Amino acid sequence: MQAYIQAQIDKYEAAPVRLLHILRAIQSEFQHIPPEAIEQVADSLNIPRTQIISVIEFYGFLSHDRQGKYQIFVSDSITDHMLGKQNLMIYFAQQLKVNIGELRADGLVSLNNTSCTGMCDQGPAGLINGYALPRLDRPKIDAICQLIEQQTSLEDWPTDFFEVADNIYRIDLLLKEQITPGDALKASYQRGLTETLTEVDISGLRGRGGAGFKTAMKWRFCSEEAETERYVVCNADEGEPGTFKDRVLLNSYAHQVFEGMTLCASIIGAQQGFIYLRGEYLHLYEKLNAILAERRQSGLLGENILNQGVNFDIEIRLGLGAYICGEESALIESLEGKRGIPRNRPPYPVSQGYLNKPTVVNNVETFMAAAKIAIQGGQWFADVGTKQSDGTKILSISGDCTKPGIYEYPFGTKISQILSDCDAKNVLGVQVGGPSGNFISNQEFDRVLGFEDLATGGSFIIFNQTRNILEVAKNFTHFFAHESCGFCTPCRVGTSLLQKQFDKIVDGHGSAGDIAALEELCQLVKNHSHCGLGQTAANPILSTLQRYPELYQQLLKKISYEPGFDLDASLETARRLTNRDDANAHLVQVEED
Amino acid sequence: MSKTINIDGKEIPFEEGQTIIEAATEAGVYIPHLCHNPDYTPHGSCKLCTVKVNGRNCSACTFPAEEGQEILNNSKDLEQDRKRITQMLFVEGNHFCPSCEKTGNCQLQGVAYHLDMHDNHYPHFFANREMDASHPDILIDHNRCIFCNLCVRASQEKDDKNVFAISGRGINKRLIINSTSGKLKDSDISLNDCATHICPTGAILIKRTGYQVPIGERIYDKQKIDQVALAKEHK
Repeated sequence: MQAYIQAQIDKYEAAPVRLLHILRAIQSEFQHIPPEAIEQVADSLNIPRTQIISVIEFYGFLSHDRQGKYQIFVSDSITDHMLGKQNLMIYFAQQLKVNIGELRADGLVSLNNTSCTGMCDQGPAGLINGYALPRLDRPKIDAICQLIEQQTSLEDWPTDFFEVADNIYRIDLLLKEQITPGDALKASYQRGLTETLTEVDISGLRGRGGAGFKTAMKWRFCSEEAETERYVVCNADEGEPGTFKDRVLLNSYAHQVFEGMTLCASIIGAQQGFIYLRGEYLHLYEKLNAILAERRQSGLLGENILNQGVNFDIEIRLGLGAYICGEESALIESLEGKRGIPRNRPPYPVSQGYLNKPTVVNNVETFMAAAKIAIQGGQWFADVGTKQSDGTKILSISGDCTKPGIYEYPFGTKISQILSDCDAKNVLGVQVGGPSGNFISNQEFDRVLGFEDLATGGSFIIFNQTRNILEVAKNFTHFFAHESCGFCTPCRVGTSLLQKQFDKIVDGHGSAGDIAALEELCQLVKNHSHCGLGQTAANPILSTLQRYPELYQQLLKKISYEPGFDLDASLETARRLTNRDDANAHLVQVEED
Repeated sequence: MSKTINIDGKEIPFEEGQTIIEAATEAGVYIPHLCHNPDYTPHGSCKLCTVKVNGRNCSACTFPAEEGQEILNNSKDLEQDRKRITQMLFVEGNHFCPSCEKTGNCQLQGVAYHLDMHDNHYPHFFANREMDASHPDILIDHNRCIFCNLCVRASQEKDDKNVFAISGRGINKRLIINSTSGKLKDSDISLNDCATHICPTGAILIKRTGYQVPIGERIYDKQKIDQVALAKEHK
């Protein structure tokens, strides 16, 4: 064990910032992080063992406890539920003879739930030893179980089990044609970098992660910092349930993304860039590394890029299953080999980001768009879209429609148009921007894509009339409680309280005051949480409360109050201790008048 | 002419680089807080010190004071929200003031009284948390930890050690000890460390000292937490 761990430490140059990669390798080899490994890594990296323990306990794909030689995760996203995931999961567990959330006694296999894996257009989906397994169904599960029992190595599994489709259905400005590698950089150097930044400014490009900060302004702020050691970071941690467009962009437009990063580096004067790739996209890791190597070969990365005296390189750092790391300052913490806890702001990353140096963090789509703008000029982009939202937006469409996949639309496009294009029928509503975004009902399909109306990072989940909207809100509410990093009180405790209070009502234990209490709690979590996760965690409840109050009312009991816990169930231990089960050893939940 | 911020209608001078809570404390304005201690790097996690700055909620302990800020500190809404946040801390852990030897000296309890908190409001989590009585002189009762991070910071910033850390995610957050066994007795903590004495609640206690001062004669028995904090934290 010691030798293997030492080899990993050496491979990652004993750099504390690469702790996640070292731990990923150890987890993959030993199916957990053994205590001896913690000591060895702490010693070699010269960091406290507590940093390693806290990282293990923070990230979903690391564990103290042993997992299976075949470690399976199945996505618990609402879109997977809608495709029959829950029954499929029971079937999977039966076939493997393992309980969900546990390791089989022989240590061969473990089966767990995980948050959205970014395969919503081809679910139900899972991960096996980190690699994506889209389009699960019973025959495929039968085959998988057989391969596992035979202990067939993953390399010898049918390759189509791991094939991830792009599913691009609508192309516009950005997806229409790929740029030729190098063209954006050549155009920028020829025009001048200052002039190119002006073009980015003219384009009106705003951050595509959802927040919509003006890209040119961010780059300019960073370039104006006194500190000259600067970094470029591409946020490829798209964890918002229902989002998968970055997966497609990195699979098929990676050159353009890297070119956008290199352009940014040239403008702000950065020498090092990172792609923070979500762990769920491990299947892209080797491919992206190969493209980076190719770019180094062609003089588009590395020393003296295109003989312009620009030095810049890109390293891929993998995440390990934590939604919060999509928040830019949490992402930076994670890049530094720590737990992904959002920082206090100010200072902002543009002045103190990675290693407290000025850092530009942009979404995959933002860099990809910037590269094309560098060639076509800003006006080309600004001519499309609306007043406050220039250009196009790439959507990840999933849920109840015949053609789930990638759609690029000009800003200002009506929701009704989108629904018609993807062939969605009898629609009840759409979740725009994922759980943290907005739910809109079928009375609102005249609303449009754009920062002035429906801003979105790209998630677009469609629900038809057969869906129970409260089940959806429940899934989202549990998701936030699961993903809360735990830093601040209102989110750490509040999201768990929201889950309890919401479940109380939905499970039929709610009474008159419970909805008001739920609403008050929503406001508290929303108004006082430290970062965007907590600030949006109550959105699924708030937006359904606003649109479907009658659905909630119907669930309430006609009594004035019912406690949030089950009185009779609480006596179970006492009954066992006293060996009683007579009538007097039971309590009714509410005394009738 | 020095720069000023305005808190609840009162003009308060500040120096460049000061946070809102630092300026407020100097001017004798109390903003409720638990994870903040002026001797340590601000943390901003308990959210009790939330104030409205030009209409936006900000943590007073981390947010820099800037010329012209209109700040709301004493409002009914904020007091109510702070009470709710305190109640969250109470239901998250297991806090039984009457049987806790920190009673009367506890900042969590002191803040709760200050905010007029009479019940826990929310359902309890009944978290299963452990005690670490392994050390001969120091006791950790994890039931009372509110994750203020002060022991972590004190050990790093003042003691030049690294005895404590925060681990876990979300509601499973927990305080961990830097030793091979995970027990306090095997760590390099000592009785004289700042970290040993910093805990605002009864989570880190010095053994055999709990009742040297009788109940009724303790810090917050004599003075309310706002007065104590202002007297102590005013530099």
